[in-house]
Amino acid sequence: MAMLEKAAAQVGGTIDDRFGAAGWIKKTARKVFPDHWSFMLGEIALYSFIILLLTGTFLTLWFQPSQSEVVYHGAYTPLQGLKMSQAYESTLRISFDVRGGLIMRQIHHWAALIFVSAMVVHLCRIFFTGAFRKPRETNWIIGTILLTLALIEGLAGYSLPDDLLSGTGLRITEGVLLSLPLVGTYLSYFLFGGQFPGDDLIARLYTAHVLLIPGIFLALITVHVMLVWYQKHTQYPLPGRTEKNAVGYPFFPVYTAKAGGFFFITFGVTALLSSVATINPIWLFGPYKPGEVSDGTQPDWYMGFLEGSLRMMPPWEIRAWGYTVPMNVLVPALIVPGFMFTALGLYPFIERWVTGDDREHHILDRPRNVPTRTGLGVLAISFWLILLAGGANDLFAITFHLSINSITRAFQVLIIVIPPISYVVTKRICLGLQRRDREKVLHGRETGIIQRLPDGEMIEVHEPISDTEKWMLTQHLSRRPLELEPDTDDNGIPRRRLLLSKARARVSRFYFEDRVEPPTPAEVREIETSGHH
Amino acid sequence: MSEHTHTDAAGVEHVESADAAAAVQEEHAGAIVARDEHGEIETHYANPGLAPHIYRRSDIDKTAAQRREREVATLFGLSTIGTLIFLVSYFVFKPADKQGNSNQLLSTVHYSTLGLGLGMGLALFCIGAGAIHWAKTLMPDDEIVQERHPMHSSAEERAGAVEALKEGAAGAGLGRRKLIRNSLLGAMAPLGLLALVPLRDLGPLPGASLAYTAWRKGVRLVSDPSRNPIKAEEVPIGGVVHVMPEGIDKMPNPLDEEAKAAAIVIRLAPDELHERPDRRGWDYNGIVCYSKICTHVGCPVGLYEQQTHHLLCPCHQSTFDVTHNCEVVFGPAGRPLPQLKISVDSEGYLVADQDFQEPVGPSYWFRGEN
Ligand code: HEM
Ligand code: FES
Repeated sequence: MAMLEKAAAQVGGTIDDRFGAAGWIKKTARKVFPDHWSFMLGEIALYSFIILLLTGTFLTLWFQPSQSEVVYHGAYTPLQGLKMSQAYESTLRISFDVRGGLIMRQIHHWAALIFVSAMVVHLCRIFFTGAFRKPRETNWIIGTILLTLALIEGLAGYSLPDDLLSGTGLRITEGVLLSLPLVGTYLSYFLFGGQFPGDDLIARLYTAHVLLIPGIFLALITVHVMLVWYQKHTQYPLPGRTEKNAVGYPFFPVYTAKAGGFFFITFGVTALLSSVATINPIWLFGPYKPGEVSDGTQPDWYMGFLEGSLRMMPPWEIRAWGYTVPMNVLVPALIVPGFMFTALGLYPFIERWVTGDDREHHILDRPRNVPTRTGLGVLAISFWLILLAGGANDLFAITFHLSINSITRAFQVLIIVIPPISYVVTKRICLGLQRRDREKVLHGRETGIIQRLPDGEMIEVHEPISDTEKWMLTQHLSRRPLELEPDTDDNGIPRRRLLLSKARARVSRFYFEDRVEPPTPAEVREIETSGHH
Repeated sequence: MSEHTHTDAAGVEHVESADAAAAVQEEHAGAIVARDEHGEIETHYANPGLAPHIYRRSDIDKTAAQRREREVATLFGLSTIGTLIFLVSYFVFKPADKQGNSNQLLSTVHYSTLGLGLGMGLALFCIGAGAIHWAKTLMPDDEIVQERHPMHSSAEERAGAVEALKEGAAGAGLGRRKLIRNSLLGAMAPLGLLALVPLRDLGPLPGASLAYTAWRKGVRLVSDPSRNPIKAEEVPIGGVVHVMPEGIDKMPNPLDEEAKAAAIVIRLAPDELHERPDRRGWDYNGIVCYSKICTHVGCPVGLYEQQTHHLLCPCHQSTFDVTHNCEVVFGPAGRPLPQLKISVDSEGYLVADQDFQEPVGPSYWFRGEN
């Protein structure tokens, strides 16, 4: 032990002599990290990204990003003698000839799925607990960009092997680009280097997939994590936590061991999963040929919502003045996702505008205490989930022996009906839970024991709750709708930007009209002294 | 014992007891009802302060701590075994030796992947599990409290920053030297062109290339992928043949041509054919030929249902009725599949009479209204 300490002192000295780092090291080693299982979701995304970097680099050692045609003479006999691109041939080689190639491919692909999934769940955690509020809006924006880029990165990677399945995905990409008014054909010709499929695309996707987008990822993820560090992590409203402190474990050694350990666990689980669960067996699909298609094609799950969106759109096309606007493609594949991601990125600013709240928030919300936000979140999720499910309408049809037509019709109805219903129901549930919290503070916990009073009345015995619990159930802000300011100011001069402030008052009412006040200590005391339970 | 530390502005660490901290918070919190400028009510019970520290078995019981230590070491040991499994699998399973027999190849690849993955998974997972077990059971688990300061700087500091910027701007004379400012803006604004213009050669301009395919008058229909010409009388009623134009493989960009020219030939019984009046004679004895490229976003429409004579696109289930000019009967496609006018040549083989009369595949702005 003494030796270890001596070594540490020596290394520390060497570093400090050159970088004057002692102060920084001391502060960093003791820096506090609040702990909660839900804070691991972002970590999973980060670690999956590192796994993708490592396994992806391994794949680049053999992968040939080229659409030049070759005739297959490799190990896998069913494809013997077939014409295919070098990209497809080299992916076969990685799978069959390079030892460890297939496990690396499968880890890479599973890690990509886990990466996007972790980001989505992480985003939900941030949203429902209000962790996006001031001062953390920047990280919300970065997160939105990362998620958008991840979809593009995934599509690019999935297309690299140039098999029949991924080629079909590229064909759909071409169709979607073409739908853009005026510029569509140009964009498509610039992307593909001419007509579809051309000879350039795989090489271009490769540059984007291994250099451009990972580079942007690396930069953005670095800023994201540095901001978490610098602004300190949020914390849940637990005893001892306030807006003015951070409570948790020190970076060194506890957090280092937990977070570092969790990286290995994430990598280990991904490897175990990839050893037993085959993913993307491209040798079964065959090389891409424009005239062929395999049925039951399914993209990676994170693209499913676009697939569903394309499937449930009615066949509307606008043809006028000699031009065509295929609304049946433009709306579901570009306008809907464009709207979804824009709304996502803007949400913190919308809420800030509605509340007019300019303070910093480091204590997280319990979702029930912000019913409208929680309701809107569930609305968005239900919309997205129905699109995702719509992408599997053929699987539903086969599994439940229903006609694909009626399933698609059902989805067309559900996508309009379910989101508003989810909003209303969620908000009701939140308000109900808040009411229950209020009851608990005022009257204590229900015990289930029924007592008969001398006058014959039956009552349920309530057990008082601790002060700690009372604090936990009442510590949140309960916002009220903004009051509309008078149309004219004190001097009778009409206010500027009247319409905007009216709109704001209206949205504020939408947000905060239905509310349950947490009881004040005074209320509780009054009830207690008046002899109620 | 629940001490906590916080670092003050000068970087000095203070250690206080939790009780003292709770007392301070009480002053702020208390049972007060206040309304801020936004009409929000702040209603607070006093924050009760950190819960008392609960000691773990391993904190108080030495043998328990030793047991935890052994558990951590076991996990690390398992990791080493995982690495061994990985190495052994790498040298035992050599898929490349199994050339020529696809079943043997697949099973060797399967075992190789299984062994490598399990070994690697075990090696990594156990390191992680060991580290976390170590942190949770043996490292100190006292919660530490650190102060959080508002992100914004003090008023003086801000004023200083504004001052520094003003001074800098004044030094550069940005306000006074309009000529420099404007010419600099004029120089910066078009810089984007340096990046944009060279991208012009990413691809050729589309021109009319999307509107034409490799089909011409007299070009034979050959089956895909075997490339055999098709005698009309060899197509039975209800028969289906996927076709390409003859000679497509010798064209400059065969895949680009296939992506537009792919077509499907179907023979209907005479009473099943409901031709549009302006397309009378586009079939040959009930044999019709339609583009196979879906008018939705371009997947090949590969599924033919014999009973209903429907062509189904597997991508988003657009359904086209072959008996009625391939009009859309279901799904998101906005237009019927284009029809190819066919007849037979002197030897009785099916040939095209002309190219498609409208662009095949997905719709786009410049495709016109037809
Ligand atoms: C950061 C997010 C990333 C995502 C979401 C992602 C996703 C994917 C996916 C889904 C595939 C198809 C795999 C398959 O064959 O089944 C793929 C292939 C590939 N990726 Fe990535 N990837 C990422 C990062 C990287 C990085 C950083 C590199 C290299 C430095 C890389 C290199 C490759 C290569 C070479 C292939 C083609 C080889 C093959 O498919 O066998 N990827 N990627
Ligand atoms: S491409 Fe055929 S239905 Fe979408």
